Amino acid sequence: MKHKQILKPLIAIFAAVLIGSHVQAQLPDDAIMLGKKQLCTGFTYMNSQWKDYWEGTLKRTNLNMGTVSTQSVMFMSVYGISDKLNVLTSVPYVWTHATAGTLSGLAGFQDFELDLKWEALTKKIGKSTVSLFAVGGFSTPMSKYEADFQPMSIGLGSTNISYRITGDYQRGIFFATLSGAYVWRSNIKIDRTSYYTTELHNTNAVQMPNVFNGNLNVGIRKKNLVAEAVLMNMTTLGGFDIRRNDMPFASNRMVSTSIGAHAKYFIPFVTNLEVAGGYDYVINGRDIRLPRSRNVGKSQTFTVGIYYILSFKNNKN
Amino acid sequence: MKKIFNSIACVSVIASLAVGCNKSISNRTAGLPALTTDNNDLNAGGWKPVLLSRPDSFSVAAPAATNSPAYLADLNEIKSLQQNISKDQQNSIKYWAAGSTLRWNEIMRGLVAKYNLPTVTNSNGTYPAPSSTNPLAYPLFPFTNPPYAARAYAYVSAAQYDALIACWYFKTKYNQAAPYKIDSSVGAKFISKTDLPSYPSEAAVLAGVTAEMMKLLFPDEIANIQQTAIQAEQATIASGAATRSAVVAGEALGRQVAELFIARARGDHAGTAGGTQTDWTNFQTIALNLGQIPWYSLEIPQRPPMLPLFYKVKPFLFDSAAISSFRPGPPPTTNSPELMKDADEAYTYIKNPSRDQIGIVEFWADGVGTYSPPGHWNAIAADDFVKQNWSEVRMARNFALLNMAEMDVAIVCWDIKYFYFSPRPTQMEPRIKTLTGIPNFPSYVSGHSCFSGAASAFLSYLLPENAARYQAMAVQAGMSRLISGIHYRIDVETGLTVGQNVGSYAVARAQADGAN
Repeated sequence: MKHKQILKPLIAIFAAVLIGSHVQAQLPDDAIMLGKKQLCTGFTYMNSQWKDYWEGTLKRTNLNMGTVSTQSVMFMSVYGISDKLNVLTSVPYVWTHATAGTLSGLAGFQDFELDLKWEALTKKIGKSTVSLFAVGGFSTPMSKYEADFQPMSIGLGSTNISYRITGDYQRGIFFATLSGAYVWRSNIKIDRTSYYTTELHNTNAVQMPNVFNGNLNVGIRKKNLVAEAVLMNMTTLGGFDIRRNDMPFASNRMVSTSIGAHAKYFIPFVTNLEVAGGYDYVINGRDIRLPRSRNVGKSQTFTVGIYYILSFKNNKN
Repeated sequence: MKKIFNSIACVSVIASLAVGCNKSISNRTAGLPALTTDNNDLNAGGWKPVLLSRPDSFSVAAPAATNSPAYLADLNEIKSLQQNISKDQQNSIKYWAAGSTLRWNEIMRGLVAKYNLPTVTNSNGTYPAPSSTNPLAYPLFPFTNPPYAARAYAYVSAAQYDALIACWYFKTKYNQAAPYKIDSSVGAKFISKTDLPSYPSEAAVLAGVTAEMMKLLFPDEIANIQQTAIQAEQATIASGAATRSAVVAGEALGRQVAELFIARARGDHAGTAGGTQTDWTNFQTIALNLGQIPWYSLEIPQRPPMLPLFYKVKPFLFDSAAISSFRPGPPPTTNSPELMKDADEAYTYIKNPSRDQIGIVEFWADGVGTYSPPGHWNAIAADDFVKQNWSEVRMARNFALLNMAEMDVAIVCWDIKYFYFSPRPTQMEPRIKTLTGIPNFPSYVSGHSCFSGAASAFLSYLLPENAARYQAMAVQAGMSRLISGIHYRIDVETGLTVGQNVGSYAVARAQADGAN
């Protein structure tokens, strides 16, 4: 009869899966492509935790949850079908934990994701290069994990289809990337036959609002190094607020804005090995004139990754 | 290149299909057909009421003759309503036509879910208590925890039942047919025609009695419920089932019957069930004096126990003096190896829960923000009741018996919980993490098991063809509390027996109330 909590899965799902953990090479929302017949594959570890969260727009803590963490190890692969078309896949294993109270953490394989990333346009204008990318994505739960035990659930359980448009501007080593995605989410079915949102629903079907994801990355991009500042926003296009002292729910209205710094480095002495890392934390968007955060944890997220790049290209030419 | 475009085309097609998908969801009772009763229960005026001393304790004036100007004016109102029935009005008529008792039961479940939120702690670590004298200020009154919910369902259902007994008494006494039978130019819109006399209107009796009960139980909702009551009445008039006069008479009758129940509720000791610091300390002292580890709240900061004096509430199905007669023997002592073995069993279940196990736990969790375990059994019952084609009065009678059993078992269960004041498994074995929130009251015996045992006992009697299913559900509901880590096995098994014992009182009443 107690525990409150917040959208951890926010991080789990949106940061790790839909957005990708952002840091490594060749993500759905960056402006980097692998060449034809190149494969980049590796693991990303993510640790995301929050103590404060927003109940509606009210920021609070919950002594019966303490600090809630979501960790994941994600196996990802990117393959260059051509220089202009890459396919990206990821398989995350996720586990959750609360430091206080009695609620049990959960663990399991979360959502498989596949994206097709197309570099639609590249144009040199003087010393600058402008590129445009279109990305279609699909993700779906790999197991029938429990989505109705928030915030300890490892995900939200919906099957998602996303379209993303990314624009990139580079001049010298400096670049800026602006990316936006519309994510259609399927309804989910929960184990209960009834639940309350702003009214009682006598069904096990939960209508999931669709989502907008956006990010702005600014930084330097060199041959062996990318270092960038990142602003991310995730906004559900609907949903409802957590009531005072209620539990969070999969179809809550969620708004989350985070800022962070990411870097990746292609190690010059070790052939084909790349390492990446990043740090992001959720802010109240209102502080930077974006919509205020609601129904999400005020998370801080660390990611590290290591990837190996292989080329199947015939090198004769 | 062609391949690339094919891939892109494929993704676009999937994406546009998805966007085109209709994501709207609907309640499983949304499309129910209009109620068509097998039996109008014309003798229901003679059934045994709960509180009414006589079915005509409150008088209802005779209706105007069907050839009088007053009645003709009523018919004209119906005809003009039926001339321009909007889509919204059609939907409203269809909604209520499935059965007013059912719809009010669903509305009650929604209210319980809405108000089932524990209060936030004060900055000094204390907890504010909701107050019926200041219901609109935070914390909102009421907090519909399981005992409060059980009592609310019982009062509303029992009042509806008594009000319909009176309604049926006057229906048969005055024997005025439905408007569509009197005047062939009045339609029966979206409803089934019936020979049941229409004065006073049963839909209006239910609207009146329920709206009146809200003044006591959900004071913040009086205005909303009043609107809903008006919709129900408007729907029954527009459908051709009742005249304005039948509605006015029915609503007044319903409200009068409600007053009887409100008067009882004001004196049933529920108002003081929260107890005081002295009471809370006293439970601990008694346990300590017996050499037992007392229950303590596992919330941070510790929260006062939930309604510790609820065992003093006056039951419906038996005398208060009988409450302690349901009390089982004690659970294993807190220093016994037996208790640790029981805690170990809970730990074994929770260590590596299977997906099925988690699903069972969440299905039965019925915790914060839900309609609570008694509400869950109302939902289970309602799904089966709607298939029976019962009259409104029989539907109300069966919900009343179910809910009186649920309230009385809450009283008995709370008596046992606070008599033994036993710690939860997590208190004895802190490695136990739980798959749902730990309720803030002592462990022995399990409330879910009590509610489920009582409900399944009564429902199995009522619908014997479903008995095996109800009993299996009760066992699963009880076991869900063991496999979620919040109860010992003995809490569950003993609770189910206690529940069945209380449920047998509802069965006994059903056998003797004249409805068989």
